[in-house]
Amino acid sequence: MEQVPVDGDAVAALRGLVASGHRFVLVDAPAETLLRLSDSVKGQDVLLFNVRAPEVNLRQEDCRANVLHTAPDLAMLADGLAQYLVWKRWQRWFVVSGVYPEDRAFLAALRRSAKRFGATIVEEREYKETPGARRSDSGQQLIQLQMPVFTQGAPDYDVLVVADRKEVFGPYLPYRTWDPRPVAGTAGLTAMSWHPAHEQWGATQMQNRFQRFAKRFMWPVDYQAWVAVRAIGEAASRTGSGDFAAINDYLRGDKFDLAAFKGQKVTFRKWDGQMRQPIIIAGPDLPVSTSPQAGFLHEHAEVDTLGIDAPESKCKF
Amino acid sequence: MSVSRLAAVVAVVGLAWGSAGTAQAYTVYISNEKGNSLTVIDSDTLEVQTTIPVGQRPRGIMLTKDDSQVLICASDSDTVQVLDVASHEIVADLPSGPDPELLNIHPSGNPVYVANEDDDLLTVIDLKTRERLAEVEVGVEPEGVGISPDGKVVVVTSETTNMAHFIDSQTYEITDNVLVGQRPRFAEFTADGTQLWVTAEVAGNVTVIDAKTRKIIKTIGFNVPGVQPEYIQPVGVRVSKDGTKAFVALGPANRVAVIDAKTFEVEDYLLVGKRVWQLAFTPDQKLLFATNGNSNDVSVIDVPRLKVIKSIATGTAPWGVTISKN
Repeated sequence: MEQVPVDGDAVAALRGLVASGHRFVLVDAPAETLLRLSDSVKGQDVLLFNVRAPEVNLRQEDCRANVLHTAPDLAMLADGLAQYLVWKRWQRWFVVSGVYPEDRAFLAALRRSAKRFGATIVEEREYKETPGARRSDSGQQLIQLQMPVFTQGAPDYDVLVVADRKEVFGPYLPYRTWDPRPVAGTAGLTAMSWHPAHEQWGATQMQNRFQRFAKRFMWPVDYQAWVAVRAIGEAASRTGSGDFAAINDYLRGDKFDLAAFKGQKVTFRKWDGQMRQPIIIAGPDLPVSTSPQAGFLHEHAEVDTLGIDAPESKCKF
Repeated sequence: MSVSRLAAVVAVVGLAWGSAGTAQAYTVYISNEKGNSLTVIDSDTLEVQTTIPVGQRPRGIMLTKDDSQVLICASDSDTVQVLDVASHEIVADLPSGPDPELLNIHPSGNPVYVANEDDDLLTVIDLKTRERLAEVEVGVEPEGVGISPDGKVVVVTSETTNMAHFIDSQTYEITDNVLVGQRPRFAEFTADGTQLWVTAEVAGNVTVIDAKTRKIIKTIGFNVPGVQPEYIQPVGVRVSKDGTKAFVALGPANRVAVIDAKTFEVEDYLLVGKRVWQLAFTPDQKLLFATNGNSNDVSVIDVPRLKVIKSIATGTAPWGVTISKN
């Protein structure tokens, strides 16, 4: 394992790993770094696994042939959440978002999901306040007044959906909205690849193994890294080979499937290298549901109702 | 129209009653995973006789060879409970180790083999002394336990390693590992001992292994019209004693597949309840009981006619099934 500081030279670190014979590399890094790493080993026998970055462009116009994504992208997460909200008949959304590019990217995913699954965004509102100190002696009293005022005067809505990936204000919204409404998005009810209290489909054993190993709960990025390693191991044991080409081909081929504690096999989408997987919809303490929801139909596989489907793909390897 | 249809329904029910009625009465035990109980059903009347409270999360259950006791994997109680059939009382706990899920019993009646899902172990327990004879390290998340009719070979399937491990029942050594489909859940030897059938829940298939050479003879896939492939999740499998038919519970596909066990061709899909887990024949092989985990009932299949003749309400989340000769 190589750890590189935020402003460090990740490309040099990858070069070192490749020079010492590593062919399958898990990348836990921001999108821009992932792209630099991918381009630096283009044409070589190296396969990268994106275990962190959820940016949609990595699966669309900026997709790379030498990257497989075990992290779900924002489109999959927004679609998974939207299906649950629509199944619950919470179809009128009041969407509030932060000012950062990350927030706007999730907002775009939410708009796309609302349109796909029949929800209506009754109003979009931006939270413009620049973040101050998170803690102050009168913090709670202040927030208790700020959040109701910020959410005042919205048209009738069923659920407040928040896009605040840096968690500047979103976590303050539950229980503080002007109208008594549930909160979903980046706070409240959230879409994710894994939750520490997910127990279905044999996940209890996975959680127990992870807790024994790491002495802490298992979170989405842990799962996304684990499933990447598991996929490589599966390809090696099925092909009976340690050869790069054999494993790489198997991972992308029709024979690959993997049991990953999600109630159905996970596989990689051929059009963009994204791992197709059910998405867990969870509150802070417990999972609430798993998407895709019953009734959202797909020509081939219902799990492909989540995220960018083949006909919409802009990815060209 | 409605009158004639009603008459037809009555006729069918009458027939079903007739075929079940001519059979000898057996006692069917169903474990209710969330109900923490066993439902007891009379195979003649197809009525629930009683419900017995047991430990937490009962899943795999099996009658002892003399039919005097039911062994119950109480997964969340971390024990195998021993239920006395006559008194309906729990009379002992076996030292199964944590999280027992499925078990099997040696053809001679002793010992008992228990898969410990959380500890990657097969635990061997003497039923008389209730002592642990051995712990065998197997793959990750062992679940299905099959035993050859001659008692010489024990097979454990591990759900995450995706293997069937062949274990010598005398030495407790693993002699062969056979890679099967994703998430293998159940292993069943044919009555003549020549084949081992292993279901793979996530792969959606059944692997038939030659018990002698340990080579795969056939991988059987399923295609249920109108059901997407990811919902076809085989769990329980039973092969008839005469070796002609195999039945496979397909989980959330809500079907039991009927397979010609000679040609391995799938002949039919019988519609049962939701998320069908396990299967058991009556001793005369005339009826097959299927537990439906998400609809809280069992489906009763008339084996000669290949028809589902009745659904019987159980406790919450029925999982395992075992049937007494008495």
